[in-house]
Amino acid sequence: MAKVGVYVCHCGSNIAGVVDVAAVREYAETLPDVVVSREYLFMCSDPGQELIRKDIKDGLVDRVVVAACTPRTHEPIFRKALESAGLNKYFFEMANIRDQDSWVHGDDHAGATRKAKQLVASAVAKAANLEALEDTYVDVTQAAMVVGGGVAGIFAALDLANMGHKVYLVEKEPSIGGVMAQLDKTFPTNDCSACILTPIMVEVGTHPNIEMLTYAEVEDVDGYIGNFKVKVRKKQTYVDWTKCTGCGACAEACPAKVPDSFNCGMNDRGAAYIHFPQAVPKKAVVDMKHCLNCAGHKIGQEPRISKKTGEPMLAPCEKACAADAINRSLPWNPEGELIEIEVGTVVLATGYRVMEKEHFKEYAPDSPNVLTALQMERLISATGPTGGKLLRPSDGKKPKVLDFISCVGSRDIRHHTYCSRVCCMYMIKQARLLMEKYPDLEIYMHFIDVRTPGKDFDEYYTHAAEMGIHFIKGKPGGIEMLPDDRLRVLGYDSAMGENIEVDADLVILATAIELPEDAQKLAQKFSMTMDGSGFFKELHPKLKPVDTPIEGVFLAGCCQGPKDIPDTVAQAKAAAASAAIPLAQKRVKIEPILSEVYPEKCSGCGICVPLCPYNAISLKPYADRPRAVIDMTQCKGCGVCASACPSGAIILHGYTDDQIYSQIAALTQSA
Amino acid sequence: MEFSPNIVGFACQWCTYAGADLAGNLRCKYPSTVKLIKVPCSGRVEPEYVMQALARGADGVFVGGCHFGDCHYKTGNYKTSRRMMLLTKLLSDMGIAKDRFRLEWISGAEGKKFAETITEYTEQVKKIGPNLFKGGK
Repeated sequence: MAKVGVYVCHCGSNIAGVVDVAAVREYAETLPDVVVSREYLFMCSDPGQELIRKDIKDGLVDRVVVAACTPRTHEPIFRKALESAGLNKYFFEMANIRDQDSWVHGDDHAGATRKAKQLVASAVAKAANLEALEDTYVDVTQAAMVVGGGVAGIFAALDLANMGHKVYLVEKEPSIGGVMAQLDKTFPTNDCSACILTPIMVEVGTHPNIEMLTYAEVEDVDGYIGNFKVKVRKKQTYVDWTKCTGCGACAEACPAKVPDSFNCGMNDRGAAYIHFPQAVPKKAVVDMKHCLNCAGHKIGQEPRISKKTGEPMLAPCEKACAADAINRSLPWNPEGELIEIEVGTVVLATGYRVMEKEHFKEYAPDSPNVLTALQMERLISATGPTGGKLLRPSDGKKPKVLDFISCVGSRDIRHHTYCSRVCCMYMIKQARLLMEKYPDLEIYMHFIDVRTPGKDFDEYYTHAAEMGIHFIKGKPGGIEMLPDDRLRVLGYDSAMGENIEVDADLVILATAIELPEDAQKLAQKFSMTMDGSGFFKELHPKLKPVDTPIEGVFLAGCCQGPKDIPDTVAQAKAAAASAAIPLAQKRVKIEPILSEVYPEKCSGCGICVPLCPYNAISLKPYADRPRAVIDMTQCKGCGVCASACPSGAIILHGYTDDQIYSQIAALTQSA
Repeated sequence: MEFSPNIVGFACQWCTYAGADLAGNLRCKYPSTVKLIKVPCSGRVEPEYVMQALARGADGVFVGGCHFGDCHYKTGNYKTSRRMMLLTKLLSDMGIAKDRFRLEWISGAEGKKFAETITEYTEQVKKIGPNLFKGGK
């Protein structure tokens, strides 16, 4: 018979302040199989764990129930305690009497105590039916993948590569760099974004351990920690990158006009283009959706022969390419190439997008003189559409009055309730840069409140106020379009307690950071969980900030939530360090919470086979007939098969029928 | 004394169990009626478990899983959905108020929704009244 020990935690006053811990401990003593029941202030502390270890070593208990917080955070800690005392660590069960009891029933002490007793009874019943299980180990593929080539992905890839690991860096655009490459300067130091990022991009591009897969997207993911199989589609570039020198002659020759996404649509690029001047890799791409098929030379066809000259008629991009990298006659596959990459760990660093101004009808989105802050960033960048000159998009003239509006789409129940965290600072940055360059400008800024919590941030803000930038507390209700392309911002000044109207030449909206749709699709491929704000959810907000529910997959940058560059880089380096651990350990543990078929009970009906989401079950000959077999390396332990087996031949270790029925029985006994 | 229903809950460890933990983190109050049994996936919940709990006198049975498309095991919750749909039909045939049973999709980020659901569902079970079955194994 099992000898169950029950240990009830006070968690300081977190539990004991609501639940009558002594009553729960006394109740536990009356339960079948329970040989000892104790209580302690903090069970997870070393003296708390020592209580358990001592009882095990004394031969008093051989099953352990801890009634405390949630197994989602603390089960591993207590399992280790069992292991260190020489007991199989799977002889452990937790009763969640804090997160799911004392914390939520604070106004009902009697109800909370009754529930705690029932939860303890349920855990004891399960504990008495637990079986000894053994971990297994698998080798780790010695490579990592980083998805997303922005500043987060760049630093994660570099750190992993510098630790000596092979890294595949997947980026959907033709070049790495991400949004940071679009920025003009960075707060609070005002150093040029390209100047600090470009050398690091080059380091990535030339690193012997990094294989860049740009203009590529993850299509499918299979496998588990240590052994991920990722299918990556390298999109068709229609340019032979082994020959392309990045000279840009094709881009200059291309007559097509496509809104340039790098410059936020403020100018046009060709269908043949280079992502941006400092691109890494600096290679051209022909965007076939917008290609005009000049000279009638369609892809995969021989060129037409000119009747006048007798020469083949080539498209301008072909003619311009001195390196012979563009040959439209070749049979380019429009689907590109699908490659499968095996890696041990993955870092997701897919980044963010800013909301477009079209979402905000109250802020005159139809006016060309209303810009998003990212458009403003391109407008003042030396590599931007105006070469860095501040010119009004409507007439190309220099504006005199500028108005910035913060929290556009952030902290707004109609869009996103969260704070995008960087807007206050980048608006102040843009205003300061403009004031330094054009001291005659008049700049107004509308804030709900100014948030500057980072290192050196508040000093940066104070200096902006000293420069004569007008800060107005209060969110504008709308913008009126005036006849001469000017804009009237209808604001409210809460300091003065009155309405304020600003007639501006240019209005800049600090639109919210959000997760792009393609990242949401990627999240499903990696089975990521999303948080309430729509970003990728970390495993624990404080203690596992870069981990995810999928072991071996880590998060970095704005895909996990809005953050500035210093925080992004710090998180990227943390994700790289975490992703390197399994690679350094060379083998990873597979928990034995997996399904198994008892062949003697199996009728061979095959119902389970198509149910398995991982194709882990097959019918194999056994004695007189084919019977189901589960490939333990494929099984993830969901138990869908065990629930469906009409013969009860499949058992999910850790969640067996006996164990669950015993819990149901315990919970339906009056406590 | 006011009738306080005894409700047995099954929650997948990735979504609804995590959502219930989050409700705790956020201190979202709800009645102490539901006691969760943690399962890896709602697809592990056999309809027999629900029947067994009801046969043993549980006033209600709650099953919580991930939203469609969010299942940690890709498709487990679709199987739960089909199984529980069939079970709901059978409950009525067997003379058990089908509203004693509740299936919900609650994510790990929906602590507030968990608390609201349990509050509302508890009221629903209260209206039906105590389950007088005392059988089962």
